[in-house]
Amino acid sequence: MKELRLMKGNEAIAEAAIRAGADGYFGYPITPQSEVLEYLMAEKPEERTGMVVLQAESEIAAINMVYGGAGCGKKVMTSSSSPGISLKQEGITYIAGAELPCMILNVVRGGPGLGTIQPAQSDYFQAVKGGGHGDYKLIVLAPASVQEMYDFVELSFELAFKYRNPAMILSDGAIGQMMEKVEIGEQKKRLTDQEVKEKYPWATTGKDANRERNIITSLELDPVKQEQFNLKLQAKYKEMEEKEVRFEEIQTEDAEYLFVAYGTSSRICEKSVQLARKKGIKVGLLRPITLFPFPKKRLLELAGKVKGMLSVEMSTGQMVEDVKLAVEHKVPVIHYGRMGGIIPSPAEIVEVLEQKFL
Amino acid sequence: MAENTVNNDIIKEENLVYQKTKLMTDNVLHYCPGCGHGTAHRLVMEVVEEMDIQSETIGVAPVGCSVFAYNYMDVDMQEAAHGRAPALATGIKRLFPDKFVFTYQGDGDLAAIGTAETIHSCNRGENITIIFINNGIYGMTGGQMAPTTIEGMKSSTSPYGRDIKLMGNPLKITELVAQLPGTYYVTRQAVHTPAAVRRAKKAIRKAFENQKLKKGVSFIEIVSNCNSGWKMTPNDSNQWMVDNMFPFYPLGDIKVPEK
Repeated sequence: MKELRLMKGNEAIAEAAIRAGADGYFGYPITPQSEVLEYLMAEKPEERTGMVVLQAESEIAAINMVYGGAGCGKKVMTSSSSPGISLKQEGITYIAGAELPCMILNVVRGGPGLGTIQPAQSDYFQAVKGGGHGDYKLIVLAPASVQEMYDFVELSFELAFKYRNPAMILSDGAIGQMMEKVEIGEQKKRLTDQEVKEKYPWATTGKDANRERNIITSLELDPVKQEQFNLKLQAKYKEMEEKEVRFEEIQTEDAEYLFVAYGTSSRICEKSVQLARKKGIKVGLLRPITLFPFPKKRLLELAGKVKGMLSVEMSTGQMVEDVKLAVEHKVPVIHYGRMGGIIPSPAEIVEVLEQKFL
Repeated sequence: MAENTVNNDIIKEENLVYQKTKLMTDNVLHYCPGCGHGTAHRLVMEVVEEMDIQSETIGVAPVGCSVFAYNYMDVDMQEAAHGRAPALATGIKRLFPDKFVFTYQGDGDLAAIGTAETIHSCNRGENITIIFINNGIYGMTGGQMAPTTIEGMKSSTSPYGRDIKLMGNPLKITELVAQLPGTYYVTRQAVHTPAAVRRAKKAIRKAFENQKLKKGVSFIEIVSNCNSGWKMTPNDSNQWMVDNMFPFYPLGDIKVPEK
């Protein structure tokens, strides 16, 4: 029988990490995601699976502990919320530059600055455009439920290791804090040190006589080599765009208008679709699950079928730029968003749709 | 063959008195002639070789002059962001608790931008070895003032000498970490004379041996010269170091394990 539990989104992430066979978690408290570290500490994963959990002195230290662990071929992760994720950007760009796999959870709160502790979706640019310096991308997954918080832990590790690239779960304070029913998976075994050594020959596991030393670095001063390395990274991101796009569609078959929304906003938009259809307005919803790679192709297809798109995001309008780029001016695209921790109501979104497009 | 001047009679094992350490690669060192980094690198690798722990050792390189330490040390290594080496080492050691993990850092890296990582890894008592090269200057970026630049010492950002009132005090971070319960062995060494080299090597050996005990950080400061940054000849820089650096940074053990 399947194990069901009532959990907070943040707790689901923590339990999923233990069950996925993660080797290490390094974190630092910040609202609204501190439950991740608290849950892990209470669960004693060291006893359950041998997983290491450590509270670092700062977000910067935590992400660099992740760097060290990831360089060893271990399955490691960190979590934080917006201001803390800004601090982690230094480490994240080094991890991307050194081509290391890891998972980073951002339970987004409103900004800029200290902003608020309430949910927001205003870190979209930071998540999908790189975030730190240099040309790099993260694999970005956007859960819309506590179940997806749980499921995306394993998925993000899988993708991170497949591409040797950091993966981010871009959640928000609402999904982190809300409680929902979660189906818990089986306990996966952690890899042994020997298995890590065999599976990840690039990792710093100790230089044996039969191989060259392994060097984990993002430094290359030769301009030609550095350019080639950048091209290699871009080829990797292109491959992700071809193979890893994930999205969900709701009532798009006959849709004349389309909501585009992820995470918490997509949940509200689901209800807005129902309300609009009761009024006779044929609306559908496209919910990007991967924010990078973004469902560009599907949006372009839908641009030929609908009369307008409303991009809904709890921000002043970030994802809307990618929607506009994707549809190549074939259809009007408008943004609607609330800020400061305010979550728009389903009726409010329908009203905006009516005002702007009907 | 007239060109061949090698006397094969001499090349015998019993006549061998000195050779390149096996665990130093053949890459040409980028360090300025006269700099202490090469010697310090060699000592670390000699210890790894003598303890026969190459396959069990993971090093972390810093940002600064020794950013390319991994080009010379023939062990698995990770390159950290500026100052973050002890955080990387923490991650590595926590996940590979039986490996020998060391960081190799300069003064700007360890005592300025990485102060938090240094203090907290030392305070947590991570079972790692920290090799700290203190030459009182930012060498890589062209000779700027470092946290360890002594009073009156000239650098490109203290061109009239370090003015304590304006620029603050030089930081004795080694004495500071010695106060923390997580450090097990703290010592200050140098590599400017054969005798100093022998003492430094002994200290490094002890620091690596200590990792087996799992009793905390072994922290080795090596006060060194930067003849280019100090704008002196190598010999003058070593003499200047003896006359000016050693009185402020006295050599010797600062914290030794209780018997």
